[in-house]
Amino acid sequence: MREIKAADITRTVANLFQEANFVLGRDVLTALKAAEKSEESPLGREALGQIIKNAGVALKAQLPLCQDCGSAVVFLEVGQDAHVTGGDLYEAVTRGVRQGYAQGYLRKSMVGRPFSARENTGDNTPPVIHADIVPGNHLKITVMPKGGGAENMSRLAMLKPADGRGGIIDLVLRTVAEAGGNPCPPLIIGLGVGATSDQAMLLAKRALLRQLGAPSTDAEVAELEEEILTRVNGLGVGPLGFGGSTTALAVHAEVRPTHIASLPVAVNLQCHSARHKEAVL
Amino acid sequence: MLSGVIYTARDAAHKRLVQALEGGGELPFDLGGQTIYYSGPTPARPGQVIGSAGPTTSARMDVYTPPLLAAGVRAVIGKGGRSTAVKEALQQYKAVYLAAVGGIGALLAQCVKEAEVIAYPDLGAEAVRRLVVADFPAIVASDIYGEDLYVRVNAEYRRGG
Repeated sequence: MREIKAADITRTVANLFQEANFVLGRDVLTALKAAEKSEESPLGREALGQIIKNAGVALKAQLPLCQDCGSAVVFLEVGQDAHVTGGDLYEAVTRGVRQGYAQGYLRKSMVGRPFSARENTGDNTPPVIHADIVPGNHLKITVMPKGGGAENMSRLAMLKPADGRGGIIDLVLRTVAEAGGNPCPPLIIGLGVGATSDQAMLLAKRALLRQLGAPSTDAEVAELEEEILTRVNGLGVGPLGFGGSTTALAVHAEVRPTHIASLPVAVNLQCHSARHKEAVL
Repeated sequence: MLSGVIYTARDAAHKRLVQALEGGGELPFDLGGQTIYYSGPTPARPGQVIGSAGPTTSARMDVYTPPLLAAGVRAVIGKGGRSTAVKEALQQYKAVYLAAVGGIGALLAQCVKEAEVIAYPDLGAEAVRRLVVADFPAIVASDIYGEDLYVRVNAEYRRGG
């Protein structure tokens, strides 16, 4: 049994959300710089150049990369021999979001009563928390400020088994083509296939945390990822929908066993401001 | 490159503005000849003019845009494609839709020289702000002749698929 203090969780969450909003991941920046060189469209190259320049300004001025500091999505890996003391785990995370969004001058973008009054909650809570119990005595915290733009263009389809591999590819292509510039391409496409509807969507979002461009360890899935990426980049949507050869930087697919009647396919889109940071307590 | 006065307004503010127009209520500022920027910035740090201030997705404002154009708005700035109804209204009222690059809020903040909340302060990030900008980069995405940049370039770069 190892003790982890609620106050440490709060402070860590607060710091991670600020860092995620100011410092673009190195893997993302590297991919954007490579895209700027290979992009066919002059307007697309210019947009990519501005995105890269923006990352420098954000870091230097401690300004959020994007004004949409996102919904506060938090993934927790709780070691089954870890014991949280000094407070409730989810409450500690929520306090961390509140503190981080205040200290970092981040935008508070959550509204209550979504189908009526839509009143801002004032502190960017409540967070969206996903927790897994794992072996060990640690607590791993991964934060993902998830912007509304790309999130809004995401999709779930309960395909028929007969739709098969081709059906999955068609769904992704249609989703990206219809979204156009709205999700701020170039995208990272998270794909969740199998399980049940809820698990498929979670798999798709988790897939966005992978090191950018790392292929699936399953050869068949890696082949699917590569084919989807090539065909998505053939759509011509381009950076910010301005036309071009870089519509997506990567496709990450997570696949699980599913029901004999089902083929759930979830597509979670990540914009070019792909933000996530992690820490282990 | 845009220089001058623009007014920020997004979902919630648009709803109120159009309600005011339809119900004969008072508008917080004279819309005639003005430019609206779809943006909800982050709070400014002490000493900063404004926080991060990039564009939000224009499509969500589509339903509110024709009445605002009819009331005199001459330009709107956002990101992403617009509906046919908006493009027709832009032609009818001789207004333009400009696209700024999404997700470069820190860079665009450097173009904002003055910022002041002038309406709906209760909306926080969604309040109407009067901004003075200098050399704000944007491109014409839909013009008074019905041209749509997003449609044109997509056809140009599409292959196989």
